[in-house]
Amino acid sequence: MLRYVLRRFLTAIPTLFVIVTISFFLMRLAPGGPFNQEKGLNPVIKANLERVFHLDQPLWQQYLLYLNNLLHGNFGPSYNLPDFTVAELFADGLPISIQLGGSALVLALVLGGMLGIVAALYQNKPADYAVIATATAGSTIPTFVIAPLFQLFFALTLKWVPVGGWGDGAFVNKIGPVLTLMLPQLAIVARLMRGSMIESLRSHHIRTARALGLSEYSVVIKHALRGALLPIISYAGPAAAALLTGSIIVESIFAIPGVGRYFVEAALNRDYTLVMGTVVVIAIFTIVFNLIVDILYAVVDPRVRYD
Amino acid sequence: MKVQHSLKSWLIGCSLLAMTTTGAFAEVVYNRGNSADPESLDPHKTSTVYEANILRDLFMGLMVQDAKAQVQPGAAESYTVSPDGKTWTFKLRHGALWSDGSPVTADDFVFSWRRLVDPATASEYAYMLAPVVNAEDITAGKMKPDQLAVKAIDPETFEVTLKAATPYFLEMLTHQATYPVSKANVEKLGADFVKPGNLVSNGAYVLKEFVPNDHIKAVKNDKFYDAANVKIDVVNFIPTEDRSTAMKRFEAGELDSNDDMPTEQLADIKSKFGDEVHIGPYLGTYYYVFKTDKKPWDNAKLRQAISEAIDRDYLAEKVWQNTMIPAYSFVPPGITGYETRTTDYAEKSQLDREDEAKKVLADLGYGPDHPLKMEIHYNTSENHKNTAVAIQEQLKPLGIEVSLVNTDTKTHYGLLEQHGDFDVARAGWIADYKDPENFLALCKTGTGNNYALYSNTDYDGLMAKAAAAATPEDRMKALSDAEAIGVARDLCVMPLLYYSYHDLVSNKLKGWEDNVMDVHPTRFLSKE
Repeated sequence: MLRYVLRRFLTAIPTLFVIVTISFFLMRLAPGGPFNQEKGLNPVIKANLERVFHLDQPLWQQYLLYLNNLLHGNFGPSYNLPDFTVAELFADGLPISIQLGGSALVLALVLGGMLGIVAALYQNKPADYAVIATATAGSTIPTFVIAPLFQLFFALTLKWVPVGGWGDGAFVNKIGPVLTLMLPQLAIVARLMRGSMIESLRSHHIRTARALGLSEYSVVIKHALRGALLPIISYAGPAAAALLTGSIIVESIFAIPGVGRYFVEAALNRDYTLVMGTVVVIAIFTIVFNLIVDILYAVVDPRVRYD
Repeated sequence: MKVQHSLKSWLIGCSLLAMTTTGAFAEVVYNRGNSADPESLDPHKTSTVYEANILRDLFMGLMVQDAKAQVQPGAAESYTVSPDGKTWTFKLRHGALWSDGSPVTADDFVFSWRRLVDPATASEYAYMLAPVVNAEDITAGKMKPDQLAVKAIDPETFEVTLKAATPYFLEMLTHQATYPVSKANVEKLGADFVKPGNLVSNGAYVLKEFVPNDHIKAVKNDKFYDAANVKIDVVNFIPTEDRSTAMKRFEAGELDSNDDMPTEQLADIKSKFGDEVHIGPYLGTYYYVFKTDKKPWDNAKLRQAISEAIDRDYLAEKVWQNTMIPAYSFVPPGITGYETRTTDYAEKSQLDREDEAKKVLADLGYGPDHPLKMEIHYNTSENHKNTAVAIQEQLKPLGIEVSLVNTDTKTHYGLLEQHGDFDVARAGWIADYKDPENFLALCKTGTGNNYALYSNTDYDGLMAKAAAAATPEDRMKALSDAEAIGVARDLCVMPLLYYSYHDLVSNKLKGWEDNVMDVHPTRFLSKE
């Protein structure tokens, strides 16, 4: 197992390299540059800026420079926020996005999982219909509708929570963003869980377990759940990578200083270093969570072995 | 039982916290919505109005703007000008201190201004010192920064030599790019001098915290010369990129003011907030440019016909909900001593204008059999799109086939800057300082922002005449004449709308004076 994990980490390095290379050159195909703006710069000033940020060098040299910096753990300064390095921006924002995304993910998995199990156990009964209806609503109402509604009702009408802001991480400031991030995930997890649980409950080993006279609790939680978890794990890996790296919609509506906004803003601003930083961060998260998923498979399903 | 217990102690803790925060320290906190975070807090690396709003509180230039945006002495107590208008001698405020307690000296200004024009700083606003002898050559790398014509005669006397008399020089000195930084501090800390805890400033406030995308906290600077009259203790600049959220936060009392609002809901906002909605003319113009070096747009008559047919009242009222004002000149009204020159159809009825435009188009050979095709480029924004669509509809009855091209901001301005191929494109200009020259320079031959590639010797001549004018009156007259040729006659830019500011300002906030620069230094405000 350890060797497997090590091997996966080693293959991650060339993967990252390919991602960085492709992104670096693709990004530069986009027209315009970081210093094009409504208030245009005079050519002398623009040339000075480009020199300071090495943008006046040939592209391949810039690429080598970037790779060299990256190997030294230096993501470079942000072009549009020159007071901060890309690493500083992530150091400030990533923990916030991880907190919100992580809470949303855990809640979605636990609550969604429970709802899914209940729906499966009471298949085609009112409880099941209620779960399906909630799940459908949850996955069809977009976050940019849920979030403002939440603000209107809980912040402006009931005044239970603030409209927005991080408030140095106060609990009340996190409720809205976490709920908004969680709802669509909860809906998906509940539906997945319901489907796989129904299937698992029909399988031979469950019939055997029932025939052996095991309690319903033992059948469902100890035996059926294990088999039913596989699709949830496959889903949770990429979902975690996406959730933990923030959401621009939730972050802008709730005025949260996470990193989700950078993925879009950096690209629109042609903030090349920040774009590359976001690419690397997402790539690492995706690689790590895919690995975790594969390991969890082995833990949950005895048939999977990595030897 | 355990849960109950912890809940109880939590509640007690909360109420204790509430008592200590509300009782003992009655510090006045102003939560100030500011559309975007600053790109930088280094005055020499700034470029946006959002930065200007923050830096105005942290720093003080030789001159400052008061609550009504009028120029007043700032770091300089007084000044004298030589008879030829070229040599300015500023007497610095006696005993003025940086926030670290060290004196603000003429040397700091010499250091700062050299730093601003130094190509290594790569300041976007280096041109704010363009009137100073050698400044432009230094920025272009042809001279050394220490050749800038600025001098510390003694620690409290700072002398500047200009290339020519520059009547708007004092206005320029209120701009954040000309602010001083502490020489000792920058030399000691390098690029890190802008970080909270490091930043030493000479304004009414000093930087305390900067959490990107969350808030910037500035606290009253007790070393500030007029600290006794500064009534707000803490100002939090809160980036409010989502305008709907900002409005809700204002409604909930989380923000005391915001510099924008969802203007598409203006009617509702006005009925909800009443006199807390502040709207008025702002020194900026929203315009389209024709590519004047490309046929058929090189024909000024054709440009005029199109301009004449555009119903600006409709754009202002229907598209922009009266948050913009119909414009027929490039320089907006509101600059003392300047006579704005508008196109001659500004006062005519829309129907007459359409008839005249049709006639011109027919004379030029355009008609149903030979329709004029025109492509409008604009950058992504709901309102830019709606404006372009409205113009497309307005030009349809004239037989002009308008097509629209939408690209993101960087692509759009990349195309304009590289003088790529287009027919008509959207742009906007917000004044850096209150002077017509700041607008009209855009139409001079070879200016970077002259996207139309307009070039006219008479126009350039009048601009040169204005620069060399002996009296302010002569200068304003020459500028006005230039606008009459370049804009009103030739449409080097086609003005569509003047910008307006639209602020949400709580009634608790006192001392807010509406002005064309939308400048509101916190030191002149108070909160009930």
